Amino acid sequence: MKSLEEIHKIREEKRKELDLRVNLQANTREKHILVCHGTGCTSSKSPKIIETFRKILEEKNIENVKVIQTGCFGLCSKGPIVIIRPEDVFYAHCTPEDCEEIINTHIINGQIVERLLCKEIDEQTVTRLDELNFYKKQKRIALKNCGVIDPENIDEYIAFDGYKALEKVLLEMTPEDVIKEITDSGLRGRGGAGFPTGKKWELTRIAKGTQKYVVCNADEGDPGAFMDRSILEGDPHSVLEAMMIAGYSIGANKGYIYVRAEYPIAVQRFQIAIDQAKEYGILGKNIFGTDFEFDVEVRLGAGAFVCGEETALIASIEGKSGHPRLKPPFPANAGLWMKPTLINNVETFANVPKIILNGSKWYSSIGTENSKGTKVFALGGNVVNVGLVEVPMGTTLREIVFDIGGGIPNGRKFKAAQTGGPSGGCIPEQNLDTPIDFESLNSIGSMMGSGGLIVMDDTKCMVNLAKFYLGFTVDESCGKCTPCRIGTKRMLEILEKITEGKGTLEDLEKLEKLAQTVKKTSICGLRTNGSKSSIEHNQIF
Amino acid sequence: MCCECNNGENYQDTKMEQILSKYEKDKSNLIQILNEVQEGYGYIPKHAQLAISEYLGIPMAEIYGVITFYSRFTLEAKGKYNIAVCLGTACYVKGSEKILDKLKEKLGIDVGETTPDGKFSIEATRCIGACGLAPVFTVNGEVYGNATPELLDKVIEEYKSKK
Repeated sequence: MKSLEEIHKIREEKRKELDLRVNLQANTREKHILVCHGTGCTSSKSPKIIETFRKILEEKNIENVKVIQTGCFGLCSKGPIVIIRPEDVFYAHCTPEDCEEIINTHIINGQIVERLLCKEIDEQTVTRLDELNFYKKQKRIALKNCGVIDPENIDEYIAFDGYKALEKVLLEMTPEDVIKEITDSGLRGRGGAGFPTGKKWELTRIAKGTQKYVVCNADEGDPGAFMDRSILEGDPHSVLEAMMIAGYSIGANKGYIYVRAEYPIAVQRFQIAIDQAKEYGILGKNIFGTDFEFDVEVRLGAGAFVCGEETALIASIEGKSGHPRLKPPFPANAGLWMKPTLINNVETFANVPKIILNGSKWYSSIGTENSKGTKVFALGGNVVNVGLVEVPMGTTLREIVFDIGGGIPNGRKFKAAQTGGPSGGCIPEQNLDTPIDFESLNSIGSMMGSGGLIVMDDTKCMVNLAKFYLGFTVDESCGKCTPCRIGTKRMLEILEKITEGKGTLEDLEKLEKLAQTVKKTSICGLRTNGSKSSIEHNQIF
Repeated sequence: MCCECNNGENYQDTKMEQILSKYEKDKSNLIQILNEVQEGYGYIPKHAQLAISEYLGIPMAEIYGVITFYSRFTLEAKGKYNIAVCLGTACYVKGSEKILDKLKEKLGIDVGETTPDGKFSIEATRCIGACGLAPVFTVNGEVYGNATPELLDKVIEEYKSKK
């Protein structure tokens, strides 16, 4: 247990110690070696790099240098990444064998290891992180702490204003004040549908019932998307803090986070965050000396795409098969065990503490008229800089793919970008200059989705892609609605026929008719959209 | 810890008891328990289903329904080396289908099957989140990035020569 004064003291002292992480002009002899410990870099042996650095530092008796494991820096295609602060030098594709040279040349002799620096597409070498084109147009709000703090150390989170928003909410604001602030900020759900977050909180607050729940949807099933995973791996406390703020606002004392079992690092880090918060008395009873109590439990998914749909997710948390059900009643009135339940996505939650601290005016000054703030995208496929990107709403797709993403590799041409996963759609070249927000993406036949953004070059066949997504839909159809269970299978058969070169014009007609039927007669949005995407692929390409 | 083989019934029962003792008798724990059984045994054996059914008071039929609904749960043991090819969109766009085809051809089995000697099994997974390294495949969880059919060839040969 820590008192509020003790937490304030930790914040003040730790912040001084960590100043060199963010203040690149810091005048200090200390250095921090930051090594990415997200899933991408971990897969290419970054834990071994951390271990090697620590071993060498110990052997050489170097004391003013610390090695820190952080969350994702974003530029996954250059991983494993090592960054040295305060000078902000960015080393790409590091191996455990490079550690010795980095210590000898950089740390001891103060010279840069040229061969490990990053090259832009025009072959220009870049030394510092903030000079990379990849970061220039980005604005990090949800990802603010990712790649800066050690996600397994609550003190580092507290140092960068962690749990300050919770303190403000509990000691200075009424639940109505909090909801008003979130509503005024214009924050909309980042899971894909874009429902106004403040409105959702309000609906759950006024719903009748003494027991209410907060649920965090971290079942990031969209293949090719890893935004939520990266937030949980890089900054789990921010999501935990936001869940507590939401709990206070709607009158809930219990939260669940539903995470895919395929994300072991995220699950582990979030559990560590819960345990540390409990140890500090931030999670539990009488939080910060008030009457407010809150507890959070982790629930694992087991590989079912449909469980990202909120009613299916509720069934899964209850231990059942994840079949969606008809709405209304909405979860706000009848959710987990039929009690009022607030469900928000990871990225939505990650924005909340920053809105409380900086105010709704600040947040609503970013973005477009109807879509405020930023959006995190997982940029992948045929693009030079594969990775995690956070941009203000209203940034165009061209800026993301070409300025941030570095364009298409191997001298190929851009063909299409796919957003919104299996439920979304493809954006052809003529729509590249559309500013990205919820409405504009819908108007060009795609959708925001959760943030997967897959780029395809001109060698890719769109019918094949439609077939790929339909195959996914057939596999993942939960089987509850007959039109979806059987219809998508028939649609796949027609597409297979077309890709074999045996398609007729009649097949196209049949495909479209079937797609419309599935769309109109299935319960959940996933399939509705699944069929939509194949209709559109036909129209555009 | 007990052995990983399937012939020591008594060992398995202790293992099941250990797993169950961590959970309250609450029906909503079903998926959590199944996840742990899947990790511990590599599949969900029948006696484990019986034990869970008794412990939580859920009919066997319902447990079977849940197991077959979720793709992570399997009713048969996987091979000693489970090779999983990522079929997420990012990997697909970069040619993971070719990797999977090559793998099927090389081992002579289909997705979800195990070689007769019990050594290899093939799994097609959705995104594992290592999109920066696409296409990827994993062998018992170890990730191989920027995969090509040649790399796959090399890796399989390595595992074949292992006992």
